[in-house]
Amino acid sequence: MSITKTTHEARLIANSMRHDIITMVSKAKSGHPGGSLSCTDILATLFFTGVMSYDENDPSSPERDLLIISKGHAAPALYAAFHQLGWVRDDELGTLRQLGTRLQGHPDRNALPGVEVCSGSLGQGLSIAAGAALGFLADAPEGVRPRHVFCVCGDGEMQEGSNWEALMFAPNHGLSNLTMFLDLNNLQIDGDVRKVNSLGDVDAKLAAFGWHVIHTDGHDIERLHAAVEDALAFSAAPTAIVCDTVKGKGVSFMENEAGWHGKAPNEEETALALADLDAERVQIEKEA
Amino acid sequence: MAKRATREAFGETLVELANEGVNVCAVDADLAGSTTTNKLQKAYPDRFVDVGIAEQDMIGVASGLALTGLIPFTASFAVFGVGRCYDQIRNTVCDSNLNVKVCPTHAGITVGEDGATHEMLEDIGMMRALPNMRVLVPADYRAAKAAIRIAATTPGPVYVRMGRHKVPEVYDEYFVGGLPYAGVLREGTDVTILACGVEVAQSLAAADILAKSGISAEVIDVFSVKPLAEDVILASAEKTGRVVTVEEHMVSTGMGSAVAALLAEKRPTPMRFVGMGSFGTSAPGDVLLEHFGLDGAGIARQVEEFVRA
Repeated sequence: MSITKTTHEARLIANSMRHDIITMVSKAKSGHPGGSLSCTDILATLFFTGVMSYDENDPSSPERDLLIISKGHAAPALYAAFHQLGWVRDDELGTLRQLGTRLQGHPDRNALPGVEVCSGSLGQGLSIAAGAALGFLADAPEGVRPRHVFCVCGDGEMQEGSNWEALMFAPNHGLSNLTMFLDLNNLQIDGDVRKVNSLGDVDAKLAAFGWHVIHTDGHDIERLHAAVEDALAFSAAPTAIVCDTVKGKGVSFMENEAGWHGKAPNEEETALALADLDAERVQIEKEA
Repeated sequence: MAKRATREAFGETLVELANEGVNVCAVDADLAGSTTTNKLQKAYPDRFVDVGIAEQDMIGVASGLALTGLIPFTASFAVFGVGRCYDQIRNTVCDSNLNVKVCPTHAGITVGEDGATHEMLEDIGMMRALPNMRVLVPADYRAAKAAIRIAATTPGPVYVRMGRHKVPEVYDEYFVGGLPYAGVLREGTDVTILACGVEVAQSLAAADILAKSGISAEVIDVFSVKPLAEDVILASAEKTGRVVTVEEHMVSTGMGSAVAALLAEKRPTPMRFVGMGSFGTSAPGDVLLEHFGLDGAGIARQVEEFVRA
């Protein structure tokens, strides 16, 4: 069954995931640390606070909820969660992006069990998630909780028009078993999302499209957990959890820097990043 | 014999498959009447989804439905149902190797009066380039029924190219096709005409005209463009020593270029490519076939030039 940890334990797991992300990307000498670190707490909440249904012993278990990572460049965050579950081995972390690896540069369902669909071309995940939610909703017998579909979208990615097709579709079909996370870190490759092509008042836009909107701190696992519980209980519409996040969260020199979207830290920077995360870990442990 | 469009087989065959207990469903983008998926909608309302005018969402939703175990068929006109959502077909359907069937109608210049924007001429090339995708181009109503059945029972992505133009029937009700499949419809000794879709009936008409000029043309229906029925094509090329391909598609990337690649590697054979090299234009489908040299007379003229050269 899925793993249920306390908030404190989940925070420690998120810290370990960030450690893995830096280690993987550093070793690969390429990859996307910024957007992986910004959605780490979202994934930690889903996998380790008992809100998503899955079998820790079988990534392909038939009755599992689905998780679609629409912002596929955050693959290292997904692999870090899988590592915590034992679905990715310790000795695989160093293989990210290398020939023959299961840890492809963007998630590949053919390579790694647990990856539901290939992603990386932005703006496609939400439609897939909506289609799956529709199928599960139609399948669920009366009175039985339908399988839920979670989808993690980036904010820059919302500039893709296809997302807005899906945003119209899901409420129109009453897909209450669909929850999207919007990882609102305000940065894309070319800079500030609000300057490049602003999403404007995205909460109001999502609500106007018919979504149940929850706005929360995307790094506060307790609040994220509560938001997902709220989404799971809401039966009238799909839920959008809009998460205020920090790109590069947890690594001081990466935080809020667009330059760390798709760049690997060198050896010296890696040591500094891991030191930051170690210091954070000590702090979390103190708060026990 | 009655003329029917290949699209007329689409919704009807989906209903038959659903009746037989096959887990098919259709995802359309506001063209259910034209694509004929509305027949499935009427018979099985819960097996039909209309996403509205949103082809990218259509492919994504179908992909999600495939993840739940259904066998989704996407519809729309070929120009939108392929061109507008190529990235979704490539990166979601084909890279993930999902059980999604991309089955647009209204392909080729025979769409007719709607003109160039609606006449898809590049889809075979786009689809045959994709790993995991199979490409079927049925020649008539019966062949289209067979193609939809093959798509439903073949795991993974399948593309079926259908049209709105009413074409003479080539096959009887026992036609089942295959993957791969190419059928010798008329035997000949001087030249092989390989045709697909609408152009199969036109090529049979061309063979009649050529016979009067003393040219014996073998006509083969290339039902599956990918994979090609290599043995059938190679045997005919060996026999006649000349190959002409005919399609209402760009010659640069279509069935003919797939055949050329096969022959160049395995049995180099002089070839002529009959097809499109420009955008289409507005006119009734029959008029366009004649205008672009894709009717029986036009094909016969080009084949004769090639044979006599």
